[in-house]
Amino acid sequence: MPSISLTVNGEPVSAEADVRTSLLDLLRETLGMTGTKKGCDHGQCGACTVIVNGTRINSCLSLAVGHEGDTVTTVEGLAEGNGLSPLQKAFVTQDAFQCGYCTPGQLCSATALLNEIARGEPSVVTDERVRLSEEEIRERMSGNLCRCGAYNNIVDAILSVAGEPA
Amino acid sequence: MKPFDYVRAGSAQDAVRAGAEGRFLGGGTNLVDLMKLEIEKPDRLVDVSRLASDEIEDGVEGLRVGAGVSNSALAGHPLVRERYPLLSTALLSGATQQLRNKATVGGNFLQRTRCQYFYDVFRACNKRVPGSGCDALDGINRFHAILGASERCIAVHPSDMAVAMAALDATVETLKPDGSTRSIPARSLHRLPGDTPQFDHVLETGELITHVVLPASPPKRQFYRKVRDRSSYAFAVVSIAVAFDLEGGRIANVSIALGGVAHKPWRADRAESVLEGGSPSAELFAMAAEAELARAVGQGHNDFKIDLSKRLIVAALRDLSEGKREIAA
Ligand SMILES: Cc1cc2nc3c(=O)[nH]c(=O)nc-3n(C[C@H](O)[C@H](O)[C@H](O)COP(=O)(O)OP(=O)(O)OC[C@H]3O[C@@H](n4cnc5c(N)ncnc54)[C@H](O)[C@@H]3O)c2cc1C
Ligand code: SF4
Ligand code: FES
Ligand code: FES
Repeated sequence: MPSISLTVNGEPVSAEADVRTSLLDLLRETLGMTGTKKGCDHGQCGACTVIVNGTRINSCLSLAVGHEGDTVTTVEGLAEGNGLSPLQKAFVTQDAFQCGYCTPGQLCSATALLNEIARGEPSVVTDERVRLSEEEIRERMSGNLCRCGAYNNIVDAILSVAGEPA
Repeated sequence: MKPFDYVRAGSAQDAVRAGAEGRFLGGGTNLVDLMKLEIEKPDRLVDVSRLASDEIEDGVEGLRVGAGVSNSALAGHPLVRERYPLLSTALLSGATQQLRNKATVGGNFLQRTRCQYFYDVFRACNKRVPGSGCDALDGINRFHAILGASERCIAVHPSDMAVAMAALDATVETLKPDGSTRSIPARSLHRLPGDTPQFDHVLETGELITHVVLPASPPKRQFYRKVRDRSSYAFAVVSIAVAFDLEGGRIANVSIALGGVAHKPWRADRAESVLEGGSPSAELFAMAAEAELARAVGQGHNDFKIDLSKRLIVAALRDLSEGKREIAA
């Protein structure tokens, strides 16, 4: 079995895993970090979203062996010390979830989204200058499905963190 | 999933040496998905995702892009935004940010069809199992081809990026296992199904895409539009990439490619010949659309795509000639 070394939420980790293991299963099954969720296992729902080397990906479609040396942030790594991140707080105050199953993926996606906006990365609805708007958030969050339909409050939570009127 | 050997290639030469008996792994967003379903069962995966993954170089012959560059990096590159806006729009209308961050240029070209019978291993599919039949013919074929299909396969190629590359006359550069290289026009990379729908493209076994080159001076007026069932995160029902210049009030250097209509990105040569040199008018646009779709054949559920394609061609040409759309700098 291949041995894989990577950094997860700031901690160096090494693990042995079958070559077929996805990054998602490595996190959940091998490393016991069950914050990241498995919804579809086929890249369609976004529940498994994690941030790798600064960009968000679907960990279910990524082989763990391909991540040798990478830096991974999961939902467990978003809090700042013992306190929630501003985005996590906003999800609570804006009531941005019901069952909570999609929430780890939503949080990782939204955290990365704010950085993408800050870096000026365009989306398909961007005209000239990138600025955070409801339309941009809906487009950029379309890879994270929510079976409970908490979408409106998720958009409000993200907008509120960006200092725009919610 | 079937077990396999995993090799990370240090160079393109390494990759083709190791790749002969296996498959190349880009972002894995299509291949890993198909391996989970055991539709793809490679014995060996040669990871090429880190090869040329940040290589975007501007030169006299154009913009040379490494096959490992991610879809999001290419879409957001300042030169792509400025000079090839239709490519940026096409990339950004595909999939989601998470998938575009992982997906590579090489893998996007060679992604396989989304025909639901290809994905369902209990159904007949000549592409998955040659000679087994095609359940799409009498099945639900709303997403299937209206141009260039055969009685063996009516699937469409699902990529947005490849449609843009075909319209921009990009060139795909490859390296073969014997060390030789070749350049293939992006519009000729994929093939029509004919009697052998198991082959999506013209590459040989073990042939690696190393780069794609975008021409230095593409037409100034460019436009990509994707018609889909919801406004984000859905494959195209029909899509269109159009590029041309207006020289002295006449259409020049026109190219049109359609997505979602055929087994490959469909260059609308017949429409192009009607348009080239003409002055923009509603009549000319309608003639071009009719000329291109004259050969179209519906399969039942997708008959509406014929009219939809015509209307898309006319609308795209009209908006572009009125200057309502992206103009490359
Ligand atoms: C839910 C979902 C929605 C999607 N929606 C869209 C959409 O709307 N529009 C769209 O265009 N796409 C869409 N996609 C598809 C996505 O764009 C492709 O999966 C992606 O582009 C494939 O790139 P990759 O690098 O991950 O390829 P991989 O999965 O790594 O590889 C795909 C194929 O290419 C081969 N390959 C990879 N690199 C090379 C190379 N350098 N040389 C030779 N062969 C190579 C592999 O062997 C494999 O056969 C969607 C995918 C998913 C899962
Ligand atoms: S259309 Fe092509 S891919 Fe779909 S079932 Fe028929 S042979 Fe298979
Ligand atoms: S579990 Fe990865 S996208 Fe659904
Ligand atoms: S809160 Fe239940 S799926 Fe989103």
